[in-house]
Order: sequence, then structure tokens, then C-alpha cells
Amino acid sequence: MDTIQILFFSLSALAIFSAIMVLVSKNPVHSVLWLIAVFFAISGHYILLNAQFLAIVNLIVYAGAIMVLFLFVIMLMNLNSEGEPRKNWWMKLAGVVSGGCFLVVLVSLVKQATELSGKAALMKTGDIGLIKNLGKALFSDFVVPFEISSVLFLSAMVGAVVIGKKD
Amino acid sequence: MPIQYYIYFSLALFSIGIIGVLTRRNAIIVFMCIELMLNAVNLLLVAFSKMHHGAALLNNATATTGVEGQLFVFFIMVVAAAEVSVGLAIIVMMYRNTHSVDINFLNRLKN
Repeated sequence: MDTIQILFFSLSALAIFSAIMVLVSKNPVHSVLWLIAVFFAISGHYILLNAQFLAIVNLIVYAGAIMVLFLFVIMLMNLNSEGEPRKNWWMKLAGVVSGGCFLVVLVSLVKQATELSGKAALMKTGDIGLIKNLGKALFSDFVVPFEISSVLFLSAMVGAVVIGKKD
Repeated sequence: MPIQYYIYFSLALFSIGIIGVLTRRNAIIVFMCIELMLNAVNLLLVAFSKMHHGAALLNNATATTGVEGQLFVFFIMVVAAAEVSVGLAIIVMMYRNTHSVDINFLNRLKN
């Protein structure tokens, strides 16, 4: 077992444990903090795959901006003291069983897929994840989606202000 | 690293997100589980892009195959940021009207 495998499995275990803790923690602030741990683990996976630009963007955009927005909204509503009302335990059980069935079906599907046998993701080498190559592709082949996303951001900003303002 | 490991890991994260959407009633935590599912998909897209890049490098040492996958991840992050801003504004508006973020109160479309 070499270093890459040890890092892969420890990051995966950290991500799955933190994702489960997002679900089971009662306090929403704790959920947000566990979700930040998930994002850090996923950024570690990006670095293992040598996708350096996406690792940094994931940290800045998700763990930085979006999670701060979540924390801000939770603290604005003062939800961190009040607990969630109890729900029927069989509804929770039904949710867990249906999600587990989804997982089992897809895992068995991947196990049977012969196209995937012998394929491997290239670890820690390959330079397509660097800013130079991604920027070249972004500003030559993907210019139109890039510009459209600015319109999307403008409409999202206007929508957030219009929805959020008191009337 | 075999691509199956990445698929299993992403499926586990995606299923945890689905279980969270189905079982929790706090709207903010449901929203965070949707972010979790988006991140599972992002990780799988990057892994597949590296898989195709590794296959293309065997034939051509200067190939840039697989850049599209990573740019898709970039655009998914852009859309997710816009989605979060609008969605949290909707949750704040809902809290202002009902003084709760329980999604079971949001059944007014039924009547």
C-alpha cells in the first residue's frame, strides 16, 4: 500500500464520516462545520488527482463563500438553540432504506460493468488541471458559456435581492 | 487508483445526500445535502476526466483530452453558487412568513 492509496482511503473515510455527521447532528451550526470538513476532504481528492485549480476553487467558493452564507443565514434566524421537532421513526427508516437501496443497486451495476474493468484514474501527474490549460480551454472553446454565466449571476443577484427584501 | 473506487466513493456520498433530503425536515439541512450531492458528482467528473486523460496520454504525449470534464465542474460550481444565493433568500422569506424552517409547513400548494 503506497502513499497515494493511504491518502485516498483516509480522505474517503474522513469525507464519509463527516457526511454522516452532517445528517445526524442536531445543531445546524455543527452540520455546517461538518460539511466544511467534507469539502476539505474533497479538495484533498482534487489535489491527489492533480486538479489544482479545482481544489483551490472548491475551497474558496464552497468552503469559503457558500458555507459562510449558510452560517450567516442560520445565525440570522437564531436556529442554533431550538431543536428539530421529532419525526416518526418509521419515516426516517423508510428514507434510510430507500437511500440504501439506491446505493446497493448502483454499486451492483458498477460491479457488473465490463467497460470499467482495468480503467484507472491518473493520479498526481497529467497537467490538464493546471490553470494554464484550463484557462486556454475556457477562453477559446467555452467563451459563450462563460459569458452566459455572468448573466446567470446577475439574474441570481437580482432575484436574491427581490426575494429577500421586505415588502 | 482504479476508477471503481472513485465511483463507489461518489455513490456513497450521493446516497448520504439522498438520505439526508429524505429524512431531515430542516430546510437548511436539506439544502446542504443537495450541496453534498453536487460535490459527489463533481468529484466523479474530475476522476473520469483524469481517466480519459490517462488513456489519451498513451497515444499522444501532448494531448489535452479531459479538460472539458474539469470545466464542467467549474460551471457546476458557478451554477451552485447562484442557486445557493437564491435558495437561501427563499428560505429567509419562508422563515419571515412562518417563523419556522420546517419543510412540512410548506404544503400550501396542496390546497
